[in-house]
Amino acid sequence: MTDLIRAFAEAFDLISRLDAKLIEIVALSLAVSLTAVAIATILGLPLGALFAVGRFRGRQMVIVLLNALMGLPPVVVGLLVYLLLSRAGPLGALGILFTPTAMIIAQAILITPIIAALSRQTIEDAWHEYEEQLRSLGAQRLTASVTLLWDTRFSLVTIILAGFGRAAAEVGAVIIVGGNIDGVTRVMTTAIALETSKGDLPLALGLGIILVGLVVALNAGASVIKEAALRRYG
Amino acid sequence: MLPLELKDVCFAVNGRNIIDCVSVQIGAGPRTIILGANGAGKSVLMRLCHGLLQPTAGEIKWRGGNGNRRSRQAMVFQRPVMLRRSALANVVYGLKLAGFAAGECDLRARDVLEAVGLERQADRPARILSGGEQQRLALARAWALGPEVLFLDEPTANLDPGAARDVESIIAAIHATGTKIIMTTHNLGQARRLGDEILFLSQGRLVERAPVERFFRAPAAAEAAAFIKDELPWQ
Amino acid sequence: MAVVRSAVIGLGLTLAMPAIQVAAQKPFITVASTTSTEQSGLFRHLLPAFEKKTGIQIRVVALGTGQALDMGRRGDADVVFVHDKAAEEKFVAEGHGLARKEVMYNDFVLIGPKLDPAKIAGGKDIVAALKVIRTARAPFVSRGDRSGTHAAELRLWQLTGVDIASSKGAWYRETGSGMGAALNTASSMNAYLLSDRGTWLSFRNRGELAILVQGDKRLFNQYGVILVNPARHPHVKKNLGQAFIDWLISAEGQDTIAEFKINGEQLFFPNAAAR
Repeated sequence: MTDLIRAFAEAFDLISRLDAKLIEIVALSLAVSLTAVAIATILGLPLGALFAVGRFRGRQMVIVLLNALMGLPPVVVGLLVYLLLSRAGPLGALGILFTPTAMIIAQAILITPIIAALSRQTIEDAWHEYEEQLRSLGAQRLTASVTLLWDTRFSLVTIILAGFGRAAAEVGAVIIVGGNIDGVTRVMTTAIALETSKGDLPLALGLGIILVGLVVALNAGASVIKEAALRRYG
Repeated sequence: MLPLELKDVCFAVNGRNIIDCVSVQIGAGPRTIILGANGAGKSVLMRLCHGLLQPTAGEIKWRGGNGNRRSRQAMVFQRPVMLRRSALANVVYGLKLAGFAAGECDLRARDVLEAVGLERQADRPARILSGGEQQRLALARAWALGPEVLFLDEPTANLDPGAARDVESIIAAIHATGTKIIMTTHNLGQARRLGDEILFLSQGRLVERAPVERFFRAPAAAEAAAFIKDELPWQ
Repeated sequence: MAVVRSAVIGLGLTLAMPAIQVAAQKPFITVASTTSTEQSGLFRHLLPAFEKKTGIQIRVVALGTGQALDMGRRGDADVVFVHDKAAEEKFVAEGHGLARKEVMYNDFVLIGPKLDPAKIAGGKDIVAALKVIRTARAPFVSRGDRSGTHAAELRLWQLTGVDIASSKGAWYRETGSGMGAALNTASSMNAYLLSDRGTWLSFRNRGELAILVQGDKRLFNQYGVILVNPARHPHVKKNLGQAFIDWLISAEGQDTIAEFKINGEQLFFPNAAAR
C-alpha cells in the first residue's frame, strides 16, 4: 500500500516539477508512437479498404491472417526488425539500429495489422449498407473505397487511437531495436522497465501512471471530438 | 435507350428461381408499376433491370446496347443511403461520378434541391435530416443526373403519409420532365395514383401486364385478382 | 480522412524531427555493456565527463555480457565493455575484437534473506556457502542469461564440485533476466543469489535481502573493454571508439570511475594496466 501511495506521489512530483528528463522521455515516446501510427494509418487504412471492398481469390485467408497478425507479439517484431537492421542483417548498411527510426519501424509493423484489420471490419460493414447505392451511382471499387474511408472517418479515428495505445504501451519491440539508450532511444515503457530492474518500483509505477494518463487524455480528447462530430454529421 | 427488353430472364439463388423466366419489353412514356405481394420478386427484378444483379439465365438489353447506360438511369431505394456529408454534397457526389464538370455540379445540385424543397437544408449534414427529407434528397440525387429512366424501389414504404405525399408529387414532377418511371410498390392506392401500367409479379413470374384502370377493374390473372381482393377486401 | 491523417502525420513529424535530429548531430559511438554498469548508475556518472571533454556521445545498450559480446560479433556496437574475462578473451581470439583492456573491478556478493535458512551469513568462503545452499536445497535464483554474473556463478558452482546442470531442482530457479529483475525475483521469493556489488548497492527493492557472504577473492569481478574489430566491420568508428577506451584507462578516466560512490561507498575500483 505504501508503495502505491509513493508511486502516485512520484508521478505527481515528476509532473509538478516538469522534470526535464521526463519531458524528454515523454516527447520521444509521443514522437515515436505518433509517427508509427501515422505510417501504420497510411498503410493500414487503404489495406483495410482493399480487403473490405475487394473481391479476389484467397481473400478470406488474407483476412484470417490479418486478424491473427493483430496479436503479433512485440518481442517477435522487435527481434525481426533487429535482425533486419543489424549490421550483419540485410539492411545493416542503413545504420539505423538503436535509433528512434528503428523503433518507429518496429511499432509501425506492430500496429499496421491492427489498423488494417479493424478498419477492414468497419469499412466492410459500411460497404454492406452503401454498396447498392454507390454502384447505382456508378462508383467503381476504388472510388467506393475512398468514399467509405471518408464516411467511416469517426470510427476510424477510434481504431487509429487503439493503434496508438498499443504502440505507446509496448516495450518488447522498442527495447530490442532501440536499446533503451539514455537520451536517445529511452521512451516511457523502456524507462519503466529499467526502473523496475533497478528495484525502484514506485518510480516505475509513477512513470506508468503518467503513461496511462497520457493515453487516457488523448483518447478522451478524441472521444469528445468524435461525439461532437457524430452529433453534427449523424 | 428505351425500350428495355428482358428475354427469358431468370435469377436463381441456391438453385431456386426468384425470378422465373420473365420476358417483357418496357418502352418510353407511361409510368410502369411493378406490383406484387411481398417476396414476389419485385425488388430483384428491378435490380436486374438496373444492373445491380446479373441474371443467371436469359438476357437484358437496352436499345443501342448496354454501353454507358449507367449514367442515363438512376435508382432510389426503399431506405435512402445518405453519405456522411451535407445534403448538397450528396447530390454533387452523384453528379461528379456521372462525369459532370465541377463548375456545373454545384449549380445543378442547388437547382434540384430547390425543386424537391430542400434548398434551406442544402448545407446541413444529410444524415441528420428526417426520413422524409432524406428520401426527397435521394430523389434529388437521382433527378440531378437527368436520367432517362428512374427506378424506384418502394420509395414511400418507410414514410409517414405526409412525407409519402411529398415524395409522390416529386415523382410526378420528375415524370413530367420526360423521365421514364419504373417503380415497385405493394400499395394499391399508390399504384393507382402514380401508375399508367401495371406489371404484376407472382412468385417470380410475370403473370399480368395491363393498363392501370383495366388492371384494377378486371384483372385477368387469378393471382392478380386474389391480390387485389386481399389488399382491398372492402371492394 | 485526409484532414485527420495529415493532422496526425504533421503532429508526429513535428514531434519526431527535433528529437531525431538533435540525436543525429553529435558524433557518437555505440557501446554494448552490461546491466550492472548501467543499472548501478556508473554510466550516468562517467559518460557526461567524457562527453564534456571530447564532444563524443556514448550510446550505451545494456545487456548481459553474453548478449553484449554477440552485439559486437554482429557489428552492432563499436565498443564492448563487459565482465567475463574468459568470454572476452575468446571474443578477441576469434578476431571479433582488437586488444582487450582491463578497466576496473568490483566484486560479487552472495545475497540472501536475513532469516538465512541455510545459515551461511558472515562466512567468507563462497564455495562452502554454495555447498550448504545446495545441500539444504534453499531457494537460489540464477540469472540464467549468459551474462558475466551468470558465468561467474557457474564457475563458482564448478568449484563446489556440484554439477549444477544435473542437480537443478525446484530450489534452483533460472530467471533468464537482467541483474535487477533477478534481484526483484529473489526479493519476492526470499531466495539466495549472486549479484555484483554495484547493482546491489543501487537496488532499491531489497525487501528482506542482505549481503551474507563477501570478501572471498574468488568473488573478484574484472571489467574489460574491447574495440570491435574494424577489419571485420568497416563501419566501426575506430577512432572515436579508441578515444573512449583510451580515456577509460587514462588517469582521468580511472579517477572518474573511482569517484563514483553510492552512500559514500565506492562501487568500482579502477585497475587499468596503464595506470
